[in-house]
Amino acid sequence: MRIAVASGKGGTGKTTIAVSLLLSLAALEDDIRPSGLQLLDCDVEEPNAAIFVKPVIEGQELVGILLPEVDPALCTHCGRCAEVCAFHAIAVFGEKVLVFPQLCHGCGSCTCNCPTGAIQERMSPTGTISWGSVPDCPGVRFGQGEMNVGEAMANPAIRALKKKMLPEVDDGVTILDAPPGNACPVVETLRGADFALLVTEPTPFGLHDLRVAVQVARGELRIPTGVVINRDGVGDDGVLAFCAENDVPVLLSIPLDRRIAEAYADGIPLVDAVPAYRQDFVGLYHKILTLVEGES
Amino acid sequence: MADDPQQLVVLSGKGGTGKTTVAAALAHLAAQELSLSIADADVDAANLELVLDVQKVASHEFASGLLAEIDPDLCISCGQCYEACYFEAITPGGVGVPYEINPTACEGCAACYYRCPVDAISLLTPPSGLWYESNTRFGPLFHAHLFAGGENSGKLVTLVRQQARLRALDDHRDLVLVDGPPGIGCPAISAVAGATLALMVVEPTLSGAHDLSRVLELAEHFGVPAAVVVNKADLSDKRTEEIEAFCAARAIPLIGRIPYDTVVTEAMVQGVPVTEFTDGLVSQALIDAWGIIKEKLVGG
Repeated sequence: MRIAVASGKGGTGKTTIAVSLLLSLAALEDDIRPSGLQLLDCDVEEPNAAIFVKPVIEGQELVGILLPEVDPALCTHCGRCAEVCAFHAIAVFGEKVLVFPQLCHGCGSCTCNCPTGAIQERMSPTGTISWGSVPDCPGVRFGQGEMNVGEAMANPAIRALKKKMLPEVDDGVTILDAPPGNACPVVETLRGADFALLVTEPTPFGLHDLRVAVQVARGELRIPTGVVINRDGVGDDGVLAFCAENDVPVLLSIPLDRRIAEAYADGIPLVDAVPAYRQDFVGLYHKILTLVEGES
Repeated sequence: MADDPQQLVVLSGKGGTGKTTVAAALAHLAAQELSLSIADADVDAANLELVLDVQKVASHEFASGLLAEIDPDLCISCGQCYEACYFEAITPGGVGVPYEINPTACEGCAACYYRCPVDAISLLTPPSGLWYESNTRFGPLFHAHLFAGGENSGKLVTLVRQQARLRALDDHRDLVLVDGPPGIGCPAISAVAGATLALMVVEPTLSGAHDLSRVLELAEHFGVPAAVVVNKADLSDKRTEEIEAFCAARAIPLIGRIPYDTVVTEAMVQGVPVTEFTDGLVSQALIDAWGIIKEKLVGG
C-alpha cells in the first residue's frame, strides 16, 4: 500500500500529516500494526520530514543524471547528437562538441544515436538519497532525497529514492511526502501510489490549488483521492463545498490550534504534541484502506 | 541597460509561508509611489490573481516539450522503444500487442522515436498551460496556469517573468514585482536568476529555517542579493531569534517581523491585499518592510 501525501498549495501540512500517520501506525500493538512501514520524503528541494521523524541515517548514495561524454578520437562532428537532442543540451560547432549539463535530462538519446559510438555516459550527481531507521519506532524505515542547491531537476532524486526504497513485491505500507505544487515532481511522487491524500486549508488559496491537485491525482493519474482539511475554522466554506460537489471524500479535519503550530515550530510531531490525535490517524488509515479496497 | 527595470522577487524555499500575501501587499504599497509590472511566477499554484481583482485582457496557449505517441497499427511489439526509454514511460505490450506510452511519465526526449525501426512513433507538442495578461489596479499582471502535472514549469515561469519585464520596458515602468514559487528547483531558478533583489518570506519553524538556508544559498549562487521577512514571527520567539542570528551571521538584512493574525486569511477571503484590508500590526510591519525594500532598490 502506497499512500502519497500531496497538496498543491505549500505549507498546508503535508509533512505534519505524513509524519503523524506514520507515527500513529507505528505505535499500534504488534498484531494490528501494518508491517513494512516506511516514510519517504520526496520533497527533495526542501526535505523536512527528518526534522520530525529524527531518523538514524544508515546509508546514502549520490544520485544524478547520465551526462554524455564525447570521445574526441571517435567523434566525426557529424552533428547527429545535436539533431536528436530534444533539450538543446548538446551542440556541435565546427570541430567542437559542447554539452550543457543544466539542460541535459540524461535521456541517453545522443549516446544511442551516435553513429561512431563516440559518446559515453557518465553519472553526474544532482543530489543524495539517504535511508535509515527510526529509533522511537522499531521496524520503521525512513528515506529521503536531497537535491543539490543550484540543480534544476528534482525528478532524478525522486525516481532514485523510490527505486531504492520500494520493493518489487510490496505488501508493506509506504507513505510518500510529496513536494508542493502540481508540476512534474508531484507527478513523479504520485505515480504508482494506491491513494492520494491531499492536504488543504479551508481558504481561497487552498481551494484554488486543491482543484488542480485533484485534477492531477484523480483526473490524470487515476488514483483514488481523499482530502484532509488542516487549520479548520480559518477562511471559508469553499473547500467543503468543492469536495461535496465533486465527490471527493473529506477524511479528516484538524482544527486551527496554536499548540500544534507551536509544536511544529520546534520540530515536534502533531501526535506527540496532542496524543489524542493518534486515534484519528489510525481511523484515517482505515478509511483509506476501505476506499482503496472499494476501488479494486 | 540603464533603463532596465528593477526586479523584486518574493521567494521562501518552504511552501505556504506567505509569499503571495506579502507580494500582494507589496503590489498595493509599491503602486502608491511607483509604476509596476507584476508576474505570478508560481505557475503550478498561481494564487496572486485571487487577491488582485484581475481583469483578464488576453490568454495565450503555452506549449513546450514533446510527447511521444505510438501508432498501435504500426507497432510490431519489438520492444526497442522500451529499451531506449530511461523514464519508465513505456508500457510493454506482448507478442502482437502494441506497446503504449504513459503520457504522464514521458519526458519528451524522443529517444524512442529515433529507436523505433518501423516509424510507429510520432512526436506531439501538446499545450501544457495557458498564460494571461491581466489588468489590476496596481499595474498589469502576467500569470499562468500550468495544466495538471504539466512539464516545463520553469519555462513558463521564465515566460511570465519576461512578459512582465517587456511590459515594464515598453511603458517605462519602475519595478517588476515577481511572486515566486516554493522550492529551489527549476521554477525557483527561473524566478530568481537576474533579479535585483530577492525577498525571502520565512516562518519561525525548524522547517522554515532549514529551507531558508537553502533558498538563500540559491540566491547567492545566482548573485542575487537577499533580504528576509519573518512571517507569523510571534508563533515562536525562539525560532525568530535563531533566524535573526542566522541572518546577522551572514550579513543578510532582516527587514520585518510580521505577527500572526487571522486578518491575513480574512483579507484573502475578501480577495484584497491585507494592507488594503486593515491598518493593524500586520499592515504596519509590511509598510515598514516596503520602506526598507524601496531604499535598497533605489540604492541598488
